[in-house]
Amino acid sequence: MAKLDMAWRQIRRLDEIASQQTVIHQLDPRVKLIVTFFYIVTVVSYSKYDLLGLLPLILYPVFLISLAELPLKYLLIRVLLATPFVFFVGIFNPVFDHTPLFQVNGFVLTGGWLSLAVLLVKFGFTVMAALILAAISGINEIGGVLLRFRIPRVFVMQLLFMYRYLSVLMEETGRSIRAYQLRRCEGRGIHHKAWGSLVGQLLLRTIDRAQRIYQAMVCRGFQGELHLSRRNNKAGIGDGVYLIGWTCFFILTRWVNIPGLLGRLFMEARL
Amino acid sequence: MSHHLVEAKDLTYVYPDGTKALQGVNFRITHGEAVGIVGANGAGKSTLVMQLTGNFLPVSGTVRVGDYPLTPKTIPQIRRNVGMIFQNPDDQLFMPTVYDDVAFGPLNQGLPLEEVEQKVTEALQRVGAYHLKDRPPYKLSGGEKRTVALATVLAMSPDILVMDEPSSALDPRARRNLIQLLAGFRHTKIIASHDLDLILDLCERTIVLSGGQVIADGPTIEIFNNEKLLAQGHLEKPLVLQGCPVCSRK
Repeated sequence: MAKLDMAWRQIRRLDEIASQQTVIHQLDPRVKLIVTFFYIVTVVSYSKYDLLGLLPLILYPVFLISLAELPLKYLLIRVLLATPFVFFVGIFNPVFDHTPLFQVNGFVLTGGWLSLAVLLVKFGFTVMAALILAAISGINEIGGVLLRFRIPRVFVMQLLFMYRYLSVLMEETGRSIRAYQLRRCEGRGIHHKAWGSLVGQLLLRTIDRAQRIYQAMVCRGFQGELHLSRRNNKAGIGDGVYLIGWTCFFILTRWVNIPGLLGRLFMEARL
Repeated sequence: MSHHLVEAKDLTYVYPDGTKALQGVNFRITHGEAVGIVGANGAGKSTLVMQLTGNFLPVSGTVRVGDYPLTPKTIPQIRRNVGMIFQNPDDQLFMPTVYDDVAFGPLNQGLPLEEVEQKVTEALQRVGAYHLKDRPPYKLSGGEKRTVALATVLAMSPDILVMDEPSSALDPRARRNLIQLLAGFRHTKIIASHDLDLILDLCERTIVLSGGQVIADGPTIEIFNNEKLLAQGHLEKPLVLQGCPVCSRK
């Protein structure tokens, strides 16, 4: 129950963060989505050993987290929660790939270990970018952008309603489980004999609640179409700068090995 | 004909499971009237208010709101005239922020964005909740939720306000604020409630429902002083009309 409550609060927290009014939050959602897409494509396009080349791309999340005043710890925990899945995908790389790449003080770094590290970094960057997009846009804005990009309305509505009704379902589940646990004297969890009736009750209560919400919506003129555009979203100069700036940065990092270049410059300066 | 007229003639509603919720209900509410609908649990109050916004359609009889009889075709026009405030504000507030929630109705009316913004600002200022505009609704207190729910309806500029238990789950201060707020509105008001003190403060006329039928319809003060009638409707005199608990014992 506590876990369910906690999960619910975390989802709500993202909504709350998304409703902030920082410079980044006020950018055109289309631009935010395109830049995120470019970023993910750039990150994924690096070869499996190119750890150094990837590193400058950390500037994107760092820049956005600080400018949009996003809670770093909250985002990092979300990324870490998903890490085990990728870790197990790449865990056999060191076993199968023994190509020696570097030798530092007698320690040989094989391709397997490096590719595992690159995989984890790529995963961290892409998941972080997706989380940041959710935290600077909010579900409604994302829905609005999808519509503008000609994604069929029916899919977008499905997504938005699913998100909305998820809250209804979780609230009702929370209440039912709390009521069950308060009257369960011993043992933990839910006895398997109660599963059927609990799920059945939950379905009926959720339908009932969703019905009331729907009635409230139709009372305010809802006719099957959600109007999402909250404010005038005409792309301005700031949006253009944001889009072009990041795109140039991604291209630059992709074609120029910035850490290598800096390293060479540094070494030449020492010599 | 006035947009503010609400009329029910021989209104009958039966739920799909066969429960007769309303049986031959008749009333006529005119421009600017504030009418309380009272009755026991299950008397049909909520079903009646749901009829007025077309959430349920009558099985027989008619409902007329302003220039339109209630039919599936006229429901959109009727909903432009009637603002409904639900018993549980959590059912009414479903968007990520208060602003989005208040803007939901005007956006559905197809208003341009500038006008939507103006309507949202006016509605929130009118209920004194403008400072809450960027807050998520689930984080508001019960009283705040209720005032924001009121703003969501006011933003659509309705002629008639229909409320189902507007004071339920409010603390005394929030309840008093709500009463003062509603007293300042010139809309036609229809309030279904068990809170007879609130009805006494706001409504000059009261309809008493019992078993889905109207058992009384008249001036609030007369009805609330008729103890026999109140007992028949499973009601009690409002507290302000009862004797002082200290003095009356002496």
